[in-house]
Amino acid sequence: MMLKVENLRIVREGKEILKNVNFEIAPQEIHLVLGINGSGKTTLAQAIMGIYPCEGKILFEGEDITHLSVWERARKGITLAFQEPARFEGLLVKDYLMVSAKNKSISKLEEVIKMVGLPRNILFKEVGDNLSGGERKRVELASVLLMEPKLAILDEPDSGIDMLSCKLISEVIERMKSMGTSVMLITHSEDMINIADRATILCAGKVVASGERDEIKRLFKYSPCPLKR
Amino acid sequence: MNEFIKNEYERLVKYYGAAGGDTKALLSKNYASMVINGNKVLAKNSTKGIIIEAEKIEDGVYARIRIKKGYKSKNPVHLCFGMLPMEGRQYIRTEIFAEEESEVKFIAHCIFPNAVKVEHIMDSNVKVGKGAKVEYEEVHFHGKEGGVKVIPKTRAVVGEWGMYNSTFVIKSGRAGFVDIDYEVRLGENAKSMLLTKIYARGDDLIKANESVILEGAHSSGVIKTRMALRDKAKSEVIGKTVGLGAYSRGHVNCTEIIMDDAEAIASPVVMANNPKAKVTHEAAIGSVDKKQLLTLMARGLTEEEAIDIIVGGLLK
Repeated sequence: MMLKVENLRIVREGKEILKNVNFEIAPQEIHLVLGINGSGKTTLAQAIMGIYPCEGKILFEGEDITHLSVWERARKGITLAFQEPARFEGLLVKDYLMVSAKNKSISKLEEVIKMVGLPRNILFKEVGDNLSGGERKRVELASVLLMEPKLAILDEPDSGIDMLSCKLISEVIERMKSMGTSVMLITHSEDMINIADRATILCAGKVVASGERDEIKRLFKYSPCPLKR
Repeated sequence: MNEFIKNEYERLVKYYGAAGGDTKALLSKNYASMVINGNKVLAKNSTKGIIIEAEKIEDGVYARIRIKKGYKSKNPVHLCFGMLPMEGRQYIRTEIFAEEESEVKFIAHCIFPNAVKVEHIMDSNVKVGKGAKVEYEEVHFHGKEGGVKVIPKTRAVVGEWGMYNSTFVIKSGRAGFVDIDYEVRLGENAKSMLLTKIYARGDDLIKANESVILEGAHSSGVIKTRMALRDKAKSEVIGKTVGLGAYSRGHVNCTEIIMDDAEAIASPVVMANNPKAKVTHEAAIGSVDKKQLLTLMARGLTEEEAIDIIVGGLLK
């Protein structure tokens, strides 16, 4: 397994956000995490990245990474794209991309920027307020692509994106998979659901189902969250 | 140039180059330039449209720079103010006069690489004529000791349709003690932007008192301050914009990142006595943004590396 989460439990401000969560992601798998708002999807994503301390175990390629810091996990090959990406005053897109890029050549940056549907000149703009929400999201995706991670955790890469761009982002995620990256994908978009291999439903901080995409998709439509907090 | 001055000049120019200065421009007759070490003028060069005069006065140097009417300089004016010894006091009084419809950019490098107890006092009067444009960029290069006192004072008067933009930067080395005192008065339709970027460390103390007085109708001014402070550094920033002219627009914008035991005070002051003027402000002081930090760490940077990138961007 690429990732194995065992009995993950997170308590924040006295509230149990994740309750003994167990799930796995295989190598080169696009694994969808479904759940209604407040079900704990983002917390799970950030816990795997090491942002929150947790109980339980997180195994990455068989190694226990539960007590590693965010950057240590990143150097092992895990990365996370936030639902609302940060903006950086004074930092150009090209310099931001260089931070994560394995291949730091400008031609590679241009290739990836084109792949996410952005014009070349965006490389020389600031990763600040001058970028639209959609552009910022795509820059984030480019940054993940350039890092060539083993596991990319994408938290709603489609939110605030138009339908046409959603299709393009789906293609980019499939490309990640073909390059050998496993993807943990949090989304509500129908298009993106259809690129997943397997899926997990999270409800009130618990895994209520995990399995093949179509089966989970049907279950989610029928009963998105059968548990109460 | 005698041998002693030549040696001094060459040493300073070497530092100037290492600090990012354009040494070719400094040595070229096509660029107006001036090199001062301590209170000694080592070199100066005027061009067709830019006249530079400088003389020694009792306590320092008095320099006059005139940009002739209508002259639009393609090349920037290069100024190199340095103090190579560990101790000393440098006082430079300047009068800059950009005549009607002229355009010029100054690039000033202030170099104090060995300072243990150095004072650098600049006292500038700037007059920007009708429709003239002046940009003044001052970049400091200090050593690791922090033994520099930088006391720049500018009084600028900008005529109608004129522009005066100033940038003050200390990023490399210890800032030391900095006490900025700038005031710009704007005529009708005149514009100004005052930008200050400082990275303070150790027990550096930064004081910045900058004002833009919007006297003329339709004048506009922005005071923008960006600072990063760590260790026990302190800053006190006052940005003041006063709306006197009808339809004048002023804005004060201050962002400071504080780390460790650093302290910052920012006081934006907006005043107006004309109901048609509009003056606004925003100020933010805080630690490094957590999401920025986590984003970069999720790409494999350590916390310190991520902070360097964030602060580098803020002060870029």
